[in-house]
Amino acid sequence: MTTFSDILYTHYQTHPDQTAIIMQYAGQPDRPVSYRELLSGANGFASTYARRGIQPGEVVILILQHGEDLIHAFYGAILHGAIPSIMPFLTEKLLPERYRADLAALVSVTRPSAVVTYPEFEPEVYAALPVPPSGWYRAPLGEAAPDAGTSVREVIVTGQVDAPSEPDFTALGGMQRAAEDIVLLQHSSGTTGLQKGVALSHRAVLNQVETYKKALHFNPQDVIVSWLPLYHDMGLIAGFLMPILTGNPLVLMSPFDWVRSPVRLLQAISQYRGTLAWLPNFAYNFCARKIRARDLEGIDLSSWRGVINCSEPMRYESHATFLERFQPYGFRPAALMTCYAMAENTFAVSQGGVDAPVTIDKIDREAMQVERVARPAQEGRPTTHMVSAGRPIASTEVKVVDDQGRTLPERQIGELAVRSDCMLTGYYHRPDATEKAFIDGWYLTGDYGYMADGEVYVAGRKKDLIIVGGKNVYPQDLELLAMQVPGVHAGRVSAFGVFNDQTGTEDVIVVAEVDSQDPDERVRIADEIRQALNRGSAIAVRHVHIVNSPWIVKTSSGKTARLANREKYLQEVGQPVR
Amino acid sequence: MSEDMIATLGQKVAADILNEPDRKIRPDEPLISSGLIDSMSLVDVAILVEDTYGVHIDDTELNADTFDTLIQLAELIQARQ
Repeated sequence: MTTFSDILYTHYQTHPDQTAIIMQYAGQPDRPVSYRELLSGANGFASTYARRGIQPGEVVILILQHGEDLIHAFYGAILHGAIPSIMPFLTEKLLPERYRADLAALVSVTRPSAVVTYPEFEPEVYAALPVPPSGWYRAPLGEAAPDAGTSVREVIVTGQVDAPSEPDFTALGGMQRAAEDIVLLQHSSGTTGLQKGVALSHRAVLNQVETYKKALHFNPQDVIVSWLPLYHDMGLIAGFLMPILTGNPLVLMSPFDWVRSPVRLLQAISQYRGTLAWLPNFAYNFCARKIRARDLEGIDLSSWRGVINCSEPMRYESHATFLERFQPYGFRPAALMTCYAMAENTFAVSQGGVDAPVTIDKIDREAMQVERVARPAQEGRPTTHMVSAGRPIASTEVKVVDDQGRTLPERQIGELAVRSDCMLTGYYHRPDATEKAFIDGWYLTGDYGYMADGEVYVAGRKKDLIIVGGKNVYPQDLELLAMQVPGVHAGRVSAFGVFNDQTGTEDVIVVAEVDSQDPDERVRIADEIRQALNRGSAIAVRHVHIVNSPWIVKTSSGKTARLANREKYLQEVGQPVR
Repeated sequence: MSEDMIATLGQKVAADILNEPDRKIRPDEPLISSGLIDSMSLVDVAILVEDTYGVHIDDTELNADTFDTLIQLAELIQARQ
């Protein structure tokens, strides 16, 4: 059992009629999909890829929404031996131009051979392909600049795919793959993320699944429920690949359906006796605050043994809010779990809350901020409740290093570094980025944190990054969009995140300097900034703060000092600075 | 009647959803397709409409095809009252 296809073949031989996935669609009855149906549908795609000249080892980009087409196209690529990578679908609010630029960025670096999409979306794909990658990615010296558009030989639309048919495993390209071959690519969001495809081998993913399973005490009775998007590591690995590889039933719904009706997650847990679900922190607040009492009538959450907080900074208060709201429906406190994960380590680095309740480390707030030490809190001093991300899983080691790469002792805050046997092979076609990411075989995560009693605590990001609703955005990208609005001073914009206790995630705030004193004109500028950012990025802006020049604080090198601007903003609007 | 409803909806959306009570929303201003109301706030719109007017909007209807402006939202509410 060294590759995905080997495992899928075993499922097909031993229990073809067992349910692999229960597909949920809003307003329609649920559709159970057996392994036989899953692999027959996948085989239709595999034969289509073969017929269209896609070779094993080539990358296929999937631009599809939640549905059987997506899962068949994905496993079809696996059966064929090609490398699938799922790209987010265009959303209602995103500007098509922005989407095309993102797709062009992905194509320019990843150089896929094929794109799979819906017939009605085909023109969008073609519109993105001929756009040269100028400015999006500069190849390192000595390396030829990649040429967007030329790598994609085939755009395969769902209407032209071969009908499902029972696979002949002996003839499938996927059965010829080796354990160290790349099995899939994961991308993170935004133009920057799309230029760094995390390439994972069969061996890495299977090592992750094997050790993460043990950390979770995975058993045959486990039923996984997920609404998470499959283009993100948490959705792809925990909420899609792992259950199918282990043979545990998966209840899968669309993120679009869940966000419009968060009770769907709880209904699925209740109806299918779900045991495990992964959620970003904001979802705890979202579920607790936005579900009507009448929608919870008859809901039974007693089967839920693990709700795993992952991918956003974890908040103690969010756990408490969730517990308070759902304990009356059978939700158990012991089910609150945590996880630290990243696409580069396939998924999980550490897991907490399985063998014992999640540790809450009460530390001195000032010592953390000023001395960079996580010192246990003393009576009467301002305290921060740090939520433990648990112990590293068996395949993974974690250490904390300083700026020079030297290992730091317990409770010293530094950069978290990870070494494992489930690590990425490299950023696809980006040897430059791959080399930079490692030091002596350790992957530098870019996260600040500390270790205490063998447990991992995450305490912020090294780079400026706003995490809102599980989505990562770079403030620089938002500032560039805002500066294009007429009336805004070039270079005099600052974007940053401010944590919102109500929503359990960060609010995006933009401060912009303008000359005009006309109130109507200032409202127009604020509106245009909001519009430019909402439609030009994956996130939504909470507040645009229009100010007179000079306001923005700059560093000595002329860069925006975001932390200082954030403090100034919070003082101005009368919020406590934290 | 309809104009009152549009004004009330506009105030409530500005105060409760955008968190900017002074923000004036034009009756024909796109709300969803513009990203002004983001996907995470759509469920708030449904709750606001139900609490204020006793009208149910199904979650499958929370998209720009069903309503994108205050005018369209008011029409939808009136048709169901």
